[in-house]
Amino acid sequence: MAYEEMTGAKILVQALIDQGITDVFGYPGGAILPVYDELFQQNQIRHVLVRQEGGAVHGAEGYARSTGKVGVVIVTSGPGSTNAVTGLADALMDSIPIVCFCGQVPTHLIGNDAFQECDTTGITRPCTKHNYLVKSTKDLARTIHEAFYVARSGRPGPVLIDLPKDVSLGLGPYIPPADVVHKTYQPRVEGDRALIEQAVAMMAEAKRPIFYCGGGVINSGPRASELLTQFVNMTGFPVTLTLMGLGAVPASHPQFLGMLGMHGTYEANLAMHGSDLIIAIGSRFDDRVTGRLNAFAPNAKKIHIDVDPSSINKNVLVDIGIVGDVTRVLEAMIEVWKARGYKADAAALADWRRQIEEWKGRNCLAYRHSDEIIKPQHAIKRLYELTKHREDVFITTEVGQHQMWAAQFYGFEKPNHWMTSGGLGTMGYGLPAAMGVQLAHPDALVIDIAGEASIMMNIQEMSTINQYRLPVKVFILNNEYMGMVRQWQELLHGGRYSQSYMSSLPDFVKLADAFGAVGLRAEKPSELDDVIKEMISIDRTVIADIRVDKAENCFPMIPSGAAHNEMLLGPQDKAEQPISEEGMVLV
Amino acid sequence: MSAPNNNQRHTIAVLVDNEPGVLARVVGLFSGRGYNIESLTVAETKPEAGVSRITIVTSGTIQIIEQIKNQLRRLVPVHTVSDLTIEGAHVERELALVKVSGTAGRVESLRIADIFRARVVDSTNESFVFEIVGRPDKLEAFIKLMKPLGLVDVARTGVVAIARGPQAL
Repeated sequence: MAYEEMTGAKILVQALIDQGITDVFGYPGGAILPVYDELFQQNQIRHVLVRQEGGAVHGAEGYARSTGKVGVVIVTSGPGSTNAVTGLADALMDSIPIVCFCGQVPTHLIGNDAFQECDTTGITRPCTKHNYLVKSTKDLARTIHEAFYVARSGRPGPVLIDLPKDVSLGLGPYIPPADVVHKTYQPRVEGDRALIEQAVAMMAEAKRPIFYCGGGVINSGPRASELLTQFVNMTGFPVTLTLMGLGAVPASHPQFLGMLGMHGTYEANLAMHGSDLIIAIGSRFDDRVTGRLNAFAPNAKKIHIDVDPSSINKNVLVDIGIVGDVTRVLEAMIEVWKARGYKADAAALADWRRQIEEWKGRNCLAYRHSDEIIKPQHAIKRLYELTKHREDVFITTEVGQHQMWAAQFYGFEKPNHWMTSGGLGTMGYGLPAAMGVQLAHPDALVIDIAGEASIMMNIQEMSTINQYRLPVKVFILNNEYMGMVRQWQELLHGGRYSQSYMSSLPDFVKLADAFGAVGLRAEKPSELDDVIKEMISIDRTVIADIRVDKAENCFPMIPSGAAHNEMLLGPQDKAEQPISEEGMVLV
Repeated sequence: MSAPNNNQRHTIAVLVDNEPGVLARVVGLFSGRGYNIESLTVAETKPEAGVSRITIVTSGTIQIIEQIKNQLRRLVPVHTVSDLTIEGAHVERELALVKVSGTAGRVESLRIADIFRARVVDSTNESFVFEIVGRPDKLEAFIKLMKPLGLVDVARTGVVAIARGPQAL
């Protein structure tokens, strides 16, 4: 069959349309101009013009995470692609499907240090799932369809296509997606049946089991979260979620113990430590979760389900590793549990629940309320209380204390409603991510819970948000410090607050005004509710500057180098448990 | 479960699409994740299918070796990864070109070359270049013996390896 010939730029646009893409984020420049010319001449794809390429990738990440679709980015060569690097690394760490097109100097100039040339595929090789340099227009259509396939298959991730200008301008055949099959990349989705049987039998015998689930459940699609919740109900086992997994089981679920890990709840971490069986699903035993590895869950057998074989036995050796897509494996496990007529050990489980209730009784998220000064925890709690009646709330965050407080105090009932930079910990993620979410969900309430330091990292995207009339709400917990840095300096470095004070901050109310948004401010607890209500009621972009306690620390905390059962519950604990020397070198 | 901490040497054969950057991907994976490369060889072995074979000799704990294989399998252009060390008997060979200069040890170097079945591939009045094939430890033994006899230069190919028996990768 003969394929229609068209220019590379046209092939790109046609391929996006055939991949079902309706929105792209980008920034034009010399090497990518032919693509922009083509975008100009069509109406099927909306292009969002960001203010810096980093914002484009985070925007696409927010879009992808809230919709389950692949996010698309178009940038130019050289600085265009280097600015995109942070976003690509972020998407790789959090397994977010992105396809990023970068302009490149024409093929005959590659390697000549031409204007705005850089070795984009070289720079991005370790921060993408895969990347391509397309050297001929005849390969372009196939490469694009392959890139989308790779980005969304198996463990999703960012894929970059480096596109020399002569390839965009040259002619080549347009091959439709149906005619492109990847030769080698066929990730395993079905779990091994025998291992699934063994795992489920192990679950039926457990006395102190716990589900420990992460972003892999979210990435597997909404059905995975439904199945997980169903399995949690059937077994009666307690469940904890990672930062990336919040929403996979409703926060209101009685068996949900909250988030685990460094700033997770006391009950979640102690349940992990005391368990005799951990069922890890789509989670990767990250150092923020495990604490000191040689003291991690010492008496637990471990079952690990992950679509990425390299996640299994990477940090923690497990007894049963099942490679497969979470949805498929959960379906099979539930089927086996039912077919074999398994029942959880009710007596043991009742004892286990009693123990967990006792841990819950410590009320680890308690904080000292004040009528004089807004406690950041209180601010998030009120934000949650005043928005939880709505089904359509999406929360993004920046990185730091506010992010942890958001994870602790905002309850997520559904997957894909919580967008945070988990793996890379990218300050500046939340605002552009919120822009991407809002674009995909124009009528939803999209809130970026931010810190005053993080928000400055991509504040330029306020201009994009203004241009597209996106009613994003920016909820800044303003303590005039890089709060998490300050907290670590207090705990680890004798209170020497080196470079963590943010002086000369802008007036965020005026800044909002400058960007065509509405600025609000709350300085006292008595003003907080009104500001939140007003923020929600305004059908425009809002920056709410919430002036919070500057000295508040985020607890509970597993200090670096400590184990799950060595948590600091509050300021009173910190003197008793000095940080170990090994802990000092950890991040 | 606890991991045995002793390092093991493994020879891993990787079939990859022979496309630009594939070697950089493999090498970058090793350097980026802090794995050892003791030897690495690469050449196209199935030109009609555009497939190259990379032979990597690496060392690490069992857990690290497993990680290396899983990380390699994750690379998109990788077809297969086989750990020849654990998948049954295999043959390993390496080739070295060894240059010995000077006149004092000429006869002795020829005698040792004969014992090692090394061939002379270049000769001048004051030098020889020997070609020697064998397992890396044989090459090392030969090179060590050549040192006092005027060894000035060595070029080695790195290890290539293949499983014994009728099966292909």
